[in-house]
This record gives sequence, C-alpha cells and structure tokens, in this order.
Amino acid sequence: MISKRISPTRFALWRQYGREMSVGVFLLLLLGYFGTTPGFLRADNLRDILINAAPLVIAACGMTMVIIAGMIDISAGSALAVCAVVAGLTAKSGASLPTVILLPMLTGAVIGAVNGWLVAFVRIPAIIVTLGMMSVLRGGIIWWTRGEWIGNLPPSFSAVGRGEVVGIPTPVLVAVGIVVAIAFLLARTPLGRHIYAVGGNPLAAARMGIPVRRVLWLVFVMHGALLGLSALVYASRFSVIQSNAGAGFELLAISAVVVGGVNIFGGQGTVWGSAIGGLLLQVISTGLIFRRVSEYWAPSVQGALVLLAVVADALRTRRARR
Amino acid sequence: MKHLVMRREAVLVLLLLVEMAAMQSLSPLFLTPDNLIEVVRQSAEIGLIALAMTLVIITAGIDLSVGSIVGLSVITMGMLWEDARLPLSLSVLLALMVGTLLGGFNGTLITTVGIPPLIVTLATMAGFRGIALGMSQARSIRNFPEPFLWLGQGYVADIPVQVWILALTAVLFHLALTRTAWGRSVFSIGANEAAARLSGVPVNRVKMQVYMLSGFMSALAAVIYAAHVSVAKPDAGLGFELTAITAVVLGGTAVSGGEGGVLGTLIALLMVGFLRSGLTLARVPSEAQDMMVGLLLIVVVAIDRWSRRAGGV
Repeated sequence: MISKRISPTRFALWRQYGREMSVGVFLLLLLGYFGTTPGFLRADNLRDILINAAPLVIAACGMTMVIIAGMIDISAGSALAVCAVVAGLTAKSGASLPTVILLPMLTGAVIGAVNGWLVAFVRIPAIIVTLGMMSVLRGGIIWWTRGEWIGNLPPSFSAVGRGEVVGIPTPVLVAVGIVVAIAFLLARTPLGRHIYAVGGNPLAAARMGIPVRRVLWLVFVMHGALLGLSALVYASRFSVIQSNAGAGFELLAISAVVVGGVNIFGGQGTVWGSAIGGLLLQVISTGLIFRRVSEYWAPSVQGALVLLAVVADALRTRRARR
Repeated sequence: MKHLVMRREAVLVLLLLVEMAAMQSLSPLFLTPDNLIEVVRQSAEIGLIALAMTLVIITAGIDLSVGSIVGLSVITMGMLWEDARLPLSLSVLLALMVGTLLGGFNGTLITTVGIPPLIVTLATMAGFRGIALGMSQARSIRNFPEPFLWLGQGYVADIPVQVWILALTAVLFHLALTRTAWGRSVFSIGANEAAARLSGVPVNRVKMQVYMLSGFMSALAAVIYAAHVSVAKPDAGLGFELTAITAVVLGGTAVSGGEGGVLGTLIALLMVGFLRSGLTLARVPSEAQDMMVGLLLIVVVAIDRWSRRAGGV
C-alpha cells in the first residue's frame, strides 16, 4: 500500500484513488438528487454548504491522521468546545488577531499532547483515554463557564469566519489549505510515511527503526492543533459560543473519515477522501433540511451512511483477497 | 491470573471503604441507610448494562450503543402502549425483544461482516438514537399505571425492587462467567480469538450472544428506568455507555480482553455512585463530578498500567 502511494504509475490512478473517486461520484449523485428541490443548487446555497463544511473538513484532516495511525479520538467534540471557548474569550479580551488564531490551536495541541502521551507512552488504549477525556473536557468547560454562553464577540472576530479573500470565503480557503498541507505531509514526507507504517503494522514499523511512540504522540498533537483551528472557524461564524458546542462532533469527524475510505484498521487512506466525506455529510444535512425531513432523523442517516461505507469496504477487501 | 484478579478486587473494596470514610467526613448525611440505599438504587439501571458490558469487554469488544438502545427500546414500549393500545405487559416484552434484536444487529455486523465493534456501535449509537427521536418526534410518554411504576419505585423487604433485580442478575452473570463452559469460551475469545477458534470455540456464535445480551440488558434497564422516573422518552440513557464502561474498566476488566469479572464491575459501580452522591451532598456541581469521574477512569487505568509494568507483567 505504501509503495503504491509513493510511486504512482500512469495507469494506477483508478487503483490508487478509486475509493476516493467513488465517494466523489456518490457526492455528485446526491447533488443531483437534492438538486431537484428548488433553490438547492443556487450558488449562494452551494457556497453556504462549503462554508458550513469547513470546520468539519479541517477536523477530519486531523482525524484522518489519527485513524491512519490506527488510533481513535472520541473526545474531539469536547475538545472543540474547549478551544471554541478559548477562542471567544481571547477575542473578547481584545488580543491581536495572531493571538486569537494561535491560542485555540495551542490549547488544542496541549489537549492532543496529553491524549497522545497517555496513549503512546503510558500505553492506555485510545478509546479509554479519549472516553475519559471526553467527560473531563466537557465537564470542565461547563463548570468553568458555568454553562453560560459567551456573547458580545468583537466584530474583528466574526470577520474571520465571515470574511472573504478574492471572493472566496475565508473558512473555505483555510480548509482547502489544510487539506493540501496534510495531503502533502502524508504523501510526501518521512513523517507521513511513518504514520502509514505505524498504523499498518506497529511491530514492523518499530523493527524498521521508526520511533513509533513519538510518531503517535505527534499525530495526536497535530490533530489537536487542527481541532483548535476548526474550533476557531466554527466559533467565528456565530455571534455566541455555547459550552455545549460540538456535542456529537467527534462522530461527524469520524464519519467523514470512514465514509472517505480511510481504513478503520489503520495504515490506509487519504485526506482527499476525508474531505469529500465531510462535504458529503454536509450536503446530506443541508439536503434533508431542503426536503423538510425532521432533523431528529439526521443521526440515523449519518449512522447508516457510516455502516454502508464500512460494510462496502469490508466486502470489497474480502473479494479482493479471494 | 486468578489471584491477580482477586487482589484487584480486594484493592477496590479497600478504595471503596476509604472513599466512604472521606465522603462521610464531607457530609454527615452520607453514611445513613437511606442515602446508601438511594445511591444503589440510582446505580441499578446502569449496573444492569455494566454487567453485560463486562462480558462484551472481556471478549475484547466494546458496545457504545447501549445508551441509544435504552432510548429506542423505552420509546418503543411507550408508543406500543399509548399509540398501538397494546397491554403494557406485552409492550414491555416487545421492548425487551427490540433491545435484543438491536444487539443482534450489532453482533451480525461485528461477526459476519467483520467490522470492529468500536465503529459498528459508534454508528449504531447515532443510528438507534436517531430512529428513537425521529419515530417519536422527541415527545415523551407519561401516565404509566401504578403496578408498572413499582418496578422502579417499589420495595421488597425494605430493599428497592431494581436492587433485587441487579443482585440476582449479577449472581447469574457471575456463575455463567466462572462456572460454565460458555463463560470459559467468553474469556478465551478475549485472550486469543484465533486460538479459541482453532480449539473449537464457536467464536461467532458466542460473540453474537454477548452482543444480544448487551442489547437485552439495555432494554431491561430501559424498562426499569422508565418505571423509576415515570416517563418514557427517546433521549433516555444518554451517556449511559460512558458510566457503564467506566465501571467495567475501573473494576479491573482489561480493555484488551480475556480478563476481568462482574464482581469488580459492581464494586466500581458503587465507587462511582458513592463519589457522585458524596460530591452532591458537598454541593459540588454535577459538571465537576463528570470531570472527576473521567479523571478517575484515566488515573486508575494509568496506575494499573504502571503497576503491571513494575511487576513485570
């Protein structure tokens, strides 16, 4: 798998990115399906979909690395809330724009560093660490803010989420930048290859001299920093920040990654797939609103989609083995 | 391995006693029979789920969908009774069946299709909750008859009904796990699935049964919970998976499988219950309690890891 990623041949495009391309085709079909509803395919609605998908796509990039490395993080939604509150409070304190951008990312990186340390060095399974961290962070942030919303955000803060550069909304620009950067990191750098190796076979990776624990730790730190950025983009689009922000966000991010074809056993997948997966989830969510389907059904649609993707993948690999 | 497990439970009992003494010093109301019985009653529903979760985790699996199974089976019961006008007893039976089937759905995807339990139950956690909310449009159902409420509010010999149910089920689970061939096969699957399969254990069938059991126990907890709080609502059981898994892991069942028991789970369940009750009496807000329970989980597992490494295990 790794060698396939490193040396693509001219005819290997389908074999290399077939899974990502099939999600892309599914996305187009969905656009066609929802497109029959008046107003759905209007430029401003499509633009809204892209803006709304941006925080999810950014977070999904980090989650992609985590899952490729064979790990999981279910504290992502709670971490998002913590970072969003930090972003809001920093902005309200009148700090400069670089500080408002960097502090949430730093917060996320610290959370990721703690998770990563517990997983990689104390060797507690990621599911337990992040399950515990989920309630530590959520309980902590509600306790700290006393459940109050953070309002009166300065206009300069909202400009981050609502601004645009040469006609392209800032959130979309940031998301595209992150996807390209992480794709480059995964496909073209030694660290990226190490992440695939650690997720594919940790024992073999260790024998090859890859510092497995340090790689795992770094993955969690980078994932945390991206969550911080995602929280900033997410929070700056609203005029208030709630301490229950991001509830269920971890499942959305994991869904985007899994739907995008990243192997849940680790070692395989691309960030392109996850980005399309995130977009797909947003299209469905907006499409269901246009179709006037009650929002209560939304979680089932999402759960069914994840199951569909993993069952299809399982059947495909089984056939390939035969 | 046996004495290791027993030692673990002895440590837990010691911790529990220390904790009770600490809570008593926080509030003189803590060590009263009324309060203690109330804590056990509050823990009983999640306790039923945690018993089955113990088996799931011993097979090296996990079930994150239990809270959503609670929601879906309780609203099924309520709607069958109120909308379809079925007798309540029949609705309860059907709800238990629904819970078992939902567990079977998880089990099928895990065994036959071969998808990791974490992903399957993460997806069905959202899926089942969505069906519960969508089907009922988030309404709640009340006005259950008195005999039904007895399940969750009544007493037998001064002990709450659900505590009897929990105790009885715990004994059954303990016996099944430690005294039967089925119990041994549960352990052997968690210790080494490939070896278990080679030595003739019907791995898929046993795993299937374990997940169905988890679904059934969640539905049973759901019915009792509805009787306890006198209302059936689709968001019932939200977050139950976290408390149940915390109790199991705190109780010494290894997440990597093959090791553990229901005794530890029960003691850990009481630890969490007493911690929350003591903190509530000391007027610590519930968010801070959530935080401490999460910390407790991480710290205890970390200490466990360190002590094992120090002991050369």
